[in-house]
Amino acid sequence: MQTKRMTFSGKWLPYALLAPQVIITLIFFIWPSFQALRQSVYRQGDAFGIRPDTFVWFDNFKALFADPLYLNSLKVTFVFSVGTTLLSMSVALLFAVMVNRMIRSRDSYTTFLVWPYAIAPAIAGVLWWFIFNPSIGIMPYMLDMVGYDWNHRRDGNDAMIMVIIASAWRQISYNFLFFLAGLQSIPHSLIEAAAIDGASRFKRFWTIVFPLLSPITFFLLVINIVYAMFDTFGVIHATTEGGPAQATNILVYKVYRDGFVNLNFGSSAAQSVVLMGIVIVLTVIQFRYIERRVNY
Amino acid sequence: MATITMDNLCKVYTGGVQAVTGVNLDIADGEMIVLVGPSGCGKSTLLRMVAGLETITDGTLKIGERVVNALEPAERDIAMVFQNYALYPHMTVFNNLAYGLKNRGFKKAEIDRRVREAAQMLEIGQFLDRKPRQLSGGQRQRVAMGRALVREPAAFLFDEPLSNLDAKLRVQMRVEIRQLQRRLGTTSLYVTHDQLEAMTMADRLVVLNGGVIEQVGTPMDLYSHPETTFVAGFIGSPAMNMLPADFLRAKVAAEELAHLPAKADLIGIRPEDFSTAPPGEGDLVLSGQLLLLEPAGAESHLHMRFEGFDKNVVVRLSHVPAAEEGQDLTFSVRRAALHPFDLESGQRVA
Ligand SMILES: Nc1ncnc2c1ncn2[C@@H]1O[C@H](COP(=O)(O)OP(=O)(O)OP(=O)(O)O)[C@@H](O)[C@H]1O
Ligand SMILES: [Mg+2]
Repeated sequence: MQTKRMTFSGKWLPYALLAPQVIITLIFFIWPSFQALRQSVYRQGDAFGIRPDTFVWFDNFKALFADPLYLNSLKVTFVFSVGTTLLSMSVALLFAVMVNRMIRSRDSYTTFLVWPYAIAPAIAGVLWWFIFNPSIGIMPYMLDMVGYDWNHRRDGNDAMIMVIIASAWRQISYNFLFFLAGLQSIPHSLIEAAAIDGASRFKRFWTIVFPLLSPITFFLLVINIVYAMFDTFGVIHATTEGGPAQATNILVYKVYRDGFVNLNFGSSAAQSVVLMGIVIVLTVIQFRYIERRVNY
Repeated sequence: MATITMDNLCKVYTGGVQAVTGVNLDIADGEMIVLVGPSGCGKSTLLRMVAGLETITDGTLKIGERVVNALEPAERDIAMVFQNYALYPHMTVFNNLAYGLKNRGFKKAEIDRRVREAAQMLEIGQFLDRKPRQLSGGQRQRVAMGRALVREPAAFLFDEPLSNLDAKLRVQMRVEIRQLQRRLGTTSLYVTHDQLEAMTMADRLVVLNGGVIEQVGTPMDLYSHPETTFVAGFIGSPAMNMLPADFLRAKVAAEELAHLPAKADLIGIRPEDFSTAPPGEGDLVLSGQLLLLEPAGAESHLHMRFEGFDKNVVVRLSHVPAAEEGQDLTFSVRRAALHPFDLESGQRVA
């Protein structure tokens, strides 16, 4: 293939043009990562310099994985991200399949379903805070009518359900768009051929449509897990603040609490490093599979 | 094996497009019917109505003795070959062929037997483990055929199955499909807009125009006795020349056209009915100027201009004449080769 090549007259011009991007990356991404890596192997001294920072090897990590609160947070994060991902993806797929069947009203439904994505997570959090508020919210009121006593301030499960719904809600828009595009790219004649081949609607979906969506599904799976693990800070902060009793204290939120509220920088840094590791693993999986084009 | 009976079939799409109007057609058991017509004339629509992929707005459709209007595609016992083949991209060739059988609850051994038999018949045995994307266009075509075969359905439906192949492969597959269909004796409905394909494959041809059947008959029937100017122009290549009767009357002796009815105001003459042989008793004699000579190996096409008629007349000869462009040439046409039409109604008048 032929590539277009620009030739610069000066030797420094290309570097100068690249500089802003490189500087931003260095200052806002590389430097903090490096700081986190460094801090994760130090014990923080006091603010007056009487006791300096001390190098403690992997003590922070050892302490971390011995800490029942941290292990709890790992478990909470797992439940939360799996729940959020499954909920947002299955609802999005359902919507996409239904909208894809429409002919005339398809565009307007698509527009409506995409709106939630434009709402900032913190605002969405407040929205759900109101909806689920045990004293003034509409959901507890309705649940009360069917005999369920909703209180996410007291009940860890209620809290978890609430943050999952609140986090999944926004992501549904995003997933919906991808699924809809995926559905529309499946040639209609395939579905027709399957219908002639005697497959029921249900069977057509699971044996033809769903497998053909698998590259998109996989892509969204990774994106959604990453979202649930790292991008839901605002939702948690605006609704439960990790409570009650650590029930919704996911890893990112714990990093913030331990570092900025409790000022335990060593532990917080070690937690960040663990998170970095998770992101790297997810990214590698993503690229590996994208290259191999899942399924066909 | 089954007959297909269409009784006054109509299709109106939502939005009001009248795609098929009042189609009556009886297809005999084992017959190969080819639907031809220009783009947008409703061929695919009619085929898809038979398949059950489009609802039938009006009329009755029977496959065998059953009225199938309200049946799902799967219940109609038909198989269809699509223009883009519609192979399942995520399944191997084997699974593509087996899918319809699995859905119908066939035993594993029977599926295996049928798939291998079909694969052998179509010479795709060595591709059974491949995915469709690993096959050439021609091989995909065969797989699509195989998927129809394994089911051993009452009827095959083909929607322009060869139009994605190159010219040479097309001829080859055309012959193969025809032979296969004869051998299996399965009733078939075949859609194409290629009139050569239509002529060579059909037991009977159906010419559609604007959703209405213009004429039904054997290919030779339609060729030698087109009932309308549309069929006359559509069947045969190069197309039939249409000459105004007044122009001909001015050119030739009156008694040579005396046998034609008075209403015949448009006379069709096929390019191949012009002859350079000396005129016999009662033949028409026409002479004009050669505008363009197109030699095509075994035959040649001559574009002629006759005085008093402002369009080119195409003459087809089975040799390449030693003539210069601009030269005057004289042809004879047998009286029986004239196709008289009524200009206004477009109908044949004798
Ligand atoms: N889903 C549809 N909704 C509305 N009108 C349609 C639809 N499908 C086809 N039509 C119209 O019905 C008419 C017949 O279409 P059809 O596809 O049967 O033509 P065709 O003979 O198969 O043409 P081609 O040779 O180009 O495939 C056309 O005028 C077309 O615009
Ligand atoms: Mg068509």
